[in-house]
Amino acid sequence: MKLIADESQVEKLLDALAADIRKGTNDPGKLAFIGIRRRGDVVAAKLAERLGVTDVGSIDITLYRDDLSETGAAARVGKTSIPFDVAGREIVLCDDVLMTGRSVMAALREILDFGRPSRLRLAVLVERPEREIPIQPEHSALKLEPGPGEKVDVRLMPQDEMNRITINPRE
Amino acid sequence: MFRTSYTLAPMTTMSVASPTAESVDGPSVQWKHRCLLGLQELSAEELRTLLKTAAGFAEVSGRSVKKVPALRGKVVANLFFEDSTRTRLSFTLAAQRLSADVIDLTSSGSSVSKGESTVDTARNVEAMGVDALVVRHKSSGAPGLVAAGVKCSVINAGDGKHEHPTQGLLDIYTLAEANGRLETFDLTGLRVAIVGDVVSSRVARSNIAGLTKLGAKVVCIGPGTLAPKSMETLGCTVDDDLEAVLPTVDAVNMLRIQFERHSEGAAKAGGGEAVRASPAFPSTREYSRGYALTAERARLLKPGAIIMHPGPMNRGIEIADEVADGPKSVILRQVTNGLAVRMAALYLCVSGSEAR
Repeated sequence: MKLIADESQVEKLLDALAADIRKGTNDPGKLAFIGIRRRGDVVAAKLAERLGVTDVGSIDITLYRDDLSETGAAARVGKTSIPFDVAGREIVLCDDVLMTGRSVMAALREILDFGRPSRLRLAVLVERPEREIPIQPEHSALKLEPGPGEKVDVRLMPQDEMNRITINPRE
Repeated sequence: MFRTSYTLAPMTTMSVASPTAESVDGPSVQWKHRCLLGLQELSAEELRTLLKTAAGFAEVSGRSVKKVPALRGKVVANLFFEDSTRTRLSFTLAAQRLSADVIDLTSSGSSVSKGESTVDTARNVEAMGVDALVVRHKSSGAPGLVAAGVKCSVINAGDGKHEHPTQGLLDIYTLAEANGRLETFDLTGLRVAIVGDVVSSRVARSNIAGLTKLGAKVVCIGPGTLAPKSMETLGCTVDDDLEAVLPTVDAVNMLRIQFERHSEGAAKAGGGEAVRASPAFPSTREYSRGYALTAERARLLKPGAIIMHPGPMNRGIEIADEVADGPKSVILRQVTNGLAVRMAALYLCVSGSEAR
């Protein structure tokens, strides 16, 4: 296990990510956050808190996955909750780790079914290089390139018992 | 080319204000069934998987685009060998909200009226590339026969006096919603009265099976001809005194008197006119005197207790207008929840069966 960021460093990364998002925002009054479950929603909540934004949603992308018919037994459906109207808003879509880009694509399709935001951006805590779809984040706190046989492990409270980013061997 | 874009320096630890996260997420057990034929054969955990999946779908109806792509490219066929408006529409809409294509077959105006057997009809429809059959039939067990004869998913939309699983699920969902139990679907401590024509009712059988498995107590109420003591073998109790039971329950489910199942011959002789007489009681007026939910009787209910009806209602016979349209009534909520429940049933059976 390789420690990349401990408790306080995760906080610093989130601070930097929030500052970066604020700098790129056109109209702070229209800002809203949506996180991809599970952990993207935690990132969204932590960023929103830093920027004083109250409109925070979370989405479960199960039904929008492009491999739904290949996953075997029916994938578990979680709750999507976007408690505000997305139309005309500056939405920041959040996830913990960006890798292939497929969950982000699914999330984008889902958000657009709720309405037409004036702007959509992607913010991630960790960006990895292995894209399978041409999707890039506007804001990323950390770029990591784990070796073959390694994976990035992000732990965030209160989803987990601590805030920590590590690179672990794949089981 | 990839490197950390921010310098990491050790810092003193800070306390983190935690955002609130839901403690309970999706279903706990994997769904393994190709078909949904009844609630009697499902475990409590399987029922909870269905209901929690429905809870995940409930929000779709509030979207600008009321659709998710989960069953895109799949085909759902409604095979209704018995009349229905609400259930058929609800299944159609549920399938459409999952982005499936829907075809409809009703027994009149099809080969069914030429004498084709139910299973043959189903096999022919399946041969056209259908992924799920939603079957309603006047004979108990018909959807089970169809399921044994086809490879695609079969959802029972009501068979004779046997089961109406999605109605049972939507009643349970509505009860859980009214009592704040949508996270767990643990109904321990709740008591439900099922009133009226219990013996003819597939809705009652699905309700009794599902409710008792999830921890609720069920009491069936009606005259001995409609709520016989023998129903107790299903795991409920039977009573004939509505007014004594009402103050003790959290929900009352008023069943429709199914005149058409009491005397098939009389119904036919009646032609187009609906027959409102039954050998099970002397007159509808006498039935209503003992078992209708009137405004006075509804006042005996606990505060917070809910009134359900699976529809179609015989207003003035089993339920009074002011009760059906009153503040305790959740009859339209049942219809709304039915959509989410049917989406869950279609989604789990169709996408779950692809692995097999």
